[in-house]
Amino acid sequence: MASIALRNVEKYFGENYIVRKLNLEIRHREFLVLLGPSGCGKTTTLRAVAGLEEIDSGEILIDGQPVQNRQAADRDIAFVFQLFALYPHLTAYENIAFPLRATNENRNVVDRRVREVAKALRIDGLLDKRPSALSGGDMQRVAIGRALVRRPKALLMDEPMGALDAKLREEMRAELKHIHIENEATTVYVTHDQVEAMAMADRIAVMNDGVLQQVGLPSDVYQYPVNLFVAQFVGSPIMNVITGAVRPGDGCTNVVLGENDAVQRFPVELYHKVAERRQGQDKLAIGVRPEAVLVARQATDGYFPAEAHIIERLGPYDIVDLKFGTQLFRSRTASGYVSKAGDVVWARLDEKQTHFFDDRTGESLRIRL
Amino acid sequence: MAHVELRNITKKFRRHTALNDLSLDVGDGEFFVLLGPTGAGKTTTLRLIAGLDAPDSGSILIEGEDVGQWSAAERDVALVFQYYSLYPHYTVRENLEFPLKSRHRRIGAEEVAARVARAAQTLRIEHLLERKTDRLSGGEMQRVSIGRAIVRQPRVFLMDEPLSNLDAKLREILRAELKDLQMKFRATFLYVTHDQVEAMSMADRIGVLNGGRIVQIGTPDEIYNRPRDTFVATFVGSPAMNLLSGAFRDGKVMVAPGKLEIPVEAELANRIPPGLDRITLGVRAEDVVVGQDGGPGGGLEGRVYGVENHGAEKIVTLKVDEHSLKATVPAHMAIEVDSAIPFALTPGKLQFFADQTGVNLGWMKEEASHG
Repeated sequence: MASIALRNVEKYFGENYIVRKLNLEIRHREFLVLLGPSGCGKTTTLRAVAGLEEIDSGEILIDGQPVQNRQAADRDIAFVFQLFALYPHLTAYENIAFPLRATNENRNVVDRRVREVAKALRIDGLLDKRPSALSGGDMQRVAIGRALVRRPKALLMDEPMGALDAKLREEMRAELKHIHIENEATTVYVTHDQVEAMAMADRIAVMNDGVLQQVGLPSDVYQYPVNLFVAQFVGSPIMNVITGAVRPGDGCTNVVLGENDAVQRFPVELYHKVAERRQGQDKLAIGVRPEAVLVARQATDGYFPAEAHIIERLGPYDIVDLKFGTQLFRSRTASGYVSKAGDVVWARLDEKQTHFFDDRTGESLRIRL
Repeated sequence: MAHVELRNITKKFRRHTALNDLSLDVGDGEFFVLLGPTGAGKTTTLRLIAGLDAPDSGSILIEGEDVGQWSAAERDVALVFQYYSLYPHYTVRENLEFPLKSRHRRIGAEEVAARVARAAQTLRIEHLLERKTDRLSGGEMQRVSIGRAIVRQPRVFLMDEPLSNLDAKLREILRAELKDLQMKFRATFLYVTHDQVEAMSMADRIGVLNGGRIVQIGTPDEIYNRPRDTFVATFVGSPAMNLLSGAFRDGKVMVAPGKLEIPVEAELANRIPPGLDRITLGVRAEDVVVGQDGGPGGGLEGRVYGVENHGAEKIVTLKVDEHSLKATVPAHMAIEVDSAIPFALTPGKLQFFADQTGVNLGWMKEEASHG
């Protein structure tokens, strides 16, 4: 088991950076998810750690030892790909045992290790089957078994569930996390799926355009995104973002949404906090997640009127589009709370869950009320 | 816009029965979603309506008229595919004009320009009109494909997984746009997908298709809250509905004797046919209430197997012996893996299915009484 550190890692292709000044520590036994859109540099980073890709500058340390000049085989790391890459002519047992064959390990030891891993992965009943007789989920379990059987220092996974259907992904997510808890292998997991990242990660590292944006607990990345990119990449439905302004009011701060499409009273200190950070600029980008848009069916003090538009009835809750002025916000309500499109309701932003960003750079102003 | 009706359609490809006695009715101005896994027969259904294939038996009616002998062009329906089939060397404007310039239509140049302008405005692609389509992003290309359907002002829109090649964020945006468009035009939409979120979020009604047969037709609310069988119950909703099977004794489903014994409501229990000795209990994750000790449906205990953060909430996997069930809890609730926690099942929200057939017992009696 191991810790991994990346120090100023850079990788470029011609004049274009694929990974830029990347600094990241992955702790012993941690499950870290590298999250980002396609082309953000996450897979390149993972492959660099594995030794499948050379870096142009910087250092990669495993347990404090620089490994950037070591061969992949000498890094003692296992890699699980999106496509399972099992040997089709070998049984599940032989596929899992394969990495140990090369080590001249005693036959009894090999047998014990294979069976241990298979039991943990709940594929002990499938060991004599060939890959063609296995379901997608079981194939992926065999692929993970093959990675774990060597007891590598770290496990690297590149979108391992990308090829599975939605239901199976949901099941495998819980399984994989449980396997991690039992095996305690330091894991770096790459995905573009924010649901997977939120659900499984101890910490998430969000990347975009080769640059690390934010590293933190799933709850921190969700509640305190450092910029608009992270705010809108994590969470579904997407965080609502509109431009607005703050104005000093009578014992309060008036937050103007859009071009005077609605005004809501916020605590008085908000104006000062914004003024302090924006030096007289009162325009900003205001972000609020659908669950932080509070909706009432009757006129309520502190709420502004809005018209319900599209209502997505998703089952456990509804997503209701609210129009006010020229703006549109998506809100999350109890199912059936708003009965139909066209209904007039009242809305307010939950001030504790409202985010303020610099409208030009997209950086969070880090204001917590 | 028009009303579409399929009556007893059967379609075979050699020995494989793709559609088996399929009947459905899409109302004028309705957003109807056909939902099902790969191979269920969704695309085949669309192709039959579009006139690209002919059924072996049964009839297809558009606005009450049997269109069985009509060519694809005569049916006046527009098909939008998963893979946007645009002409790559043409501009967006030329792509939009193309369907209007067919010899069958005699549409004046002014009318063509007006329709293209209106479609471009609706889809917010006005700024792209002079661009070649090979210079567009996936989302833009799909908007153009939809635009090409809109300009024709067809009687029916048929959509075959139009969003499945797009990334998650874009899908979310286009979902809302498509629904908006359909409402604005009061258009008849028959939309095919394997994605239950798309179905739930856009449909007025959903038809769940499996193995060439319609399993259930209903509003999203009906499909979600009263699934006809375990297939619908697990296909719709995320996480999938928890299913727990047990022997039926003394009016209870014995999932784990002594630990998880769930009483069946007396009214339903009284009607259970004799000889039905195993029942599958179905309960949605949001109806597994964690932390509630006692009270109605309470007094249960599980071990925490895993916790997933989903932003606005957490999903906890609980184990009672070897049985696992998922529960939705508020995001701020602290839950330790491997700890034992009490939980309750919300009374009145449970579904009971015959173990062997998977049919909802609440439905069995209705289907029986309807003969």
